[in-house]
Amino acid sequence: MKKNGADIFVASLLKEKVDTIFGFPGGAVLDIYDSIFECKIKHILVRHEQGAVHMADGYARATGKPGVVLVTSGPGATNAVTGLATAYMDSIPMVCFTGQVPTALIGNDAFQEADIVGITRPCTKHNYLVKDVKDLTKIIKEAFHIATTGRPGPVLIDLPKDILKAETEFIYPDEADISSYQPTYKGHRGQVKKAVDLILSSKKPVVYAGGGVLLSGAATELTKFSRKLGLPTTNTLMGLGGFPGTDPLFLGMLGMHGTYAANMAVTNTDCLIAIGSRFDDRVTGKIDEFAPYAKIIHIDIDPTSISKNVDVDIPIVGDVKHVLKEILAKLPDAKAIKTYKKQTAEWRDTVNEWAEKHKLGYREPKNGMLNPQYVIERLYEHTKGDAIIATEVGQNQMWAAQFFKYAKPRTFLSSGGLGTMGYGLPAAIGAQVAFPNKTVINIAGDGSIQMNIQEMATAVQYGLPVKIAILNNRFLGMVRQWQELFYDKRYSHTCMGAQPDFVKLAEAYGAVGYRAKTKEEVEEVITASLKIKDRPVIMDFTVNPMEGVYPMVPAGQPINKMLLV
Amino acid sequence: MRHTISILVTNEFGVLSRVSGLFSGRGFNIESLCVAETTDPGISCMTIVSIGEERVLEQITKQLHKLVNVIKVHEFTKEERIERELALIKVQVTAENRAELLSVVEIFKAKVVDVSPKSYTIEITGDHDKIMAVLELLRPFGIKELVRTGSVAMARSPKTK
Repeated sequence: MKKNGADIFVASLLKEKVDTIFGFPGGAVLDIYDSIFECKIKHILVRHEQGAVHMADGYARATGKPGVVLVTSGPGATNAVTGLATAYMDSIPMVCFTGQVPTALIGNDAFQEADIVGITRPCTKHNYLVKDVKDLTKIIKEAFHIATTGRPGPVLIDLPKDILKAETEFIYPDEADISSYQPTYKGHRGQVKKAVDLILSSKKPVVYAGGGVLLSGAATELTKFSRKLGLPTTNTLMGLGGFPGTDPLFLGMLGMHGTYAANMAVTNTDCLIAIGSRFDDRVTGKIDEFAPYAKIIHIDIDPTSISKNVDVDIPIVGDVKHVLKEILAKLPDAKAIKTYKKQTAEWRDTVNEWAEKHKLGYREPKNGMLNPQYVIERLYEHTKGDAIIATEVGQNQMWAAQFFKYAKPRTFLSSGGLGTMGYGLPAAIGAQVAFPNKTVINIAGDGSIQMNIQEMATAVQYGLPVKIAILNNRFLGMVRQWQELFYDKRYSHTCMGAQPDFVKLAEAYGAVGYRAKTKEEVEEVITASLKIKDRPVIMDFTVNPMEGVYPMVPAGQPINKMLLV
Repeated sequence: MRHTISILVTNEFGVLSRVSGLFSGRGFNIESLCVAETTDPGISCMTIVSIGEERVLEQITKQLHKLVNVIKVHEFTKEERIERELALIKVQVTAENRAELLSVVEIFKAKVVDVSPKSYTIEITGDHDKIMAVLELLRPFGIKELVRTGSVAMARSPKTK
């Protein structure tokens, strides 16, 4: 039976087992909106297209399934760009459909026309302009395949309006067959063997695990690997939750705001095992002095990540889960492992001494104000860690990474690579859509939250009980901290002079708003908020504006040169 | 260091901008770029000459591989390739120096493809060094106009005895 492009779109999404779309209608996609009006797929109507993409991103990070976005042409598409760039930097699987003016008008500066394929070429893994309705199913199949395999990423499909009206037979391919796209999953056997030998010969090993562990679903394998060999393990921001934050072998995050123990361990290790991480500048600090004594093993599915920033001794191109399984299979018998653990016992002691010497902490402010870190600790205690945490970007993000312990994968949603303020609220909404009964908290700053605050209405419309904890210091705190430390306390344009009353704002949206200024109020507000199950809540915590994120490695310094609390 | 890279890509619209965008977006330099269909109309061959260190080259080739439309990437080393460029050079000519100009043309096995009372247009093919050498010799005559293609390259067949 013949179907038009819009119906083919819906039928294809059903074939891909898509259950949720985040979108915003407009002229160019009216045909699709007509088709999805009465279909099984849930559509979440957002208030701004950037919100739609971050929601799909949060949905993807929380579930592991690709997020799906539908927006119209022109401004609808350009508004999606920041979200796509965010997902691209963090390798999040996503398929974004944009409307486009009819084929005959492309290039004519038509109403709501933008060359979105051109615009998003550098911030998508791949993109398509559909020029013939007969290609539509093949392209959708390929897009989902590309988005979810290899190093995942967002794929965009641009749909001209006439394609949505044109008719053809609906035949959905079983497989995507792209000869020029064949990611490597299995590690090279010889390299795996070399890696095992190197690890077993080391005395001071450290595992440095990143977002690749979560993307490949390898948290179990990583945990098994580190525990079996007694390897101190640190996570990048993107990797949090990939190794239990509650494990005694866990060193905390490394890098610019990493723990003393993690940064010292990486600086002194003789064998750095990098797993699904990419030696980002926020992790390495001064690159020449990063892990100076180490032989480096690097497992990554993306060959371009290997030896990009740091020369690697044993590269293994492959999927983290596959390679860790291969490594686990090659480990020697219990006796040999016992000997190895003896050989590294002194190192573990040293690492534990570092951890004891400078724990993560903060000073109680003399002015009696709340500490932002304290609020996060209380959120952790109240939820017993059983929550999905989304963050905005800046101090709130770093404190959320430091002071909340992530025991399970896919529970920490944060824009790591691009550092997109305004990410947290929509990402939390996306996660809440996927898991309606879980506690989802967006840890926010008063600056970031205002970048996508309009999505409060989306959360209210769908009865999503997202909790928003605003660490309100009336400053763009991270920038203020840099100004304090490196720009002679010249606080140029970082003070938010005017600010909405967030409690009233929540109420105006039809949500709940609370404010806390004291420790007692913190308890009341968190307890009350966690009980709300049918609408979003804003918790406005008035916190000490002069608090900073520590430890801190000043930009360009080696990571063992930390400013401590 | 000058590197010649040959890239097989699917012959689709937008592929050239994906490749050139990758170079500009990542700060890689393109000295020249040539692209045309291969014997298979579904596949094009691009030849790109880029200048950079070994490490940069490694990133370029890996990043190119990552593009979905790229089928094959090959970097030529000096010994194994035949490399050619083509140049059209319009040179001022007078009755006095015409003979001298023609001798330069002869020496380089170039061709005169257009003649007017005041200028000759010369066509020459050769590798990069040969083109540079002929330009050097023609400069004193007065070059009125110059157009050059980028390099194309092909691996030499293995020599068997």
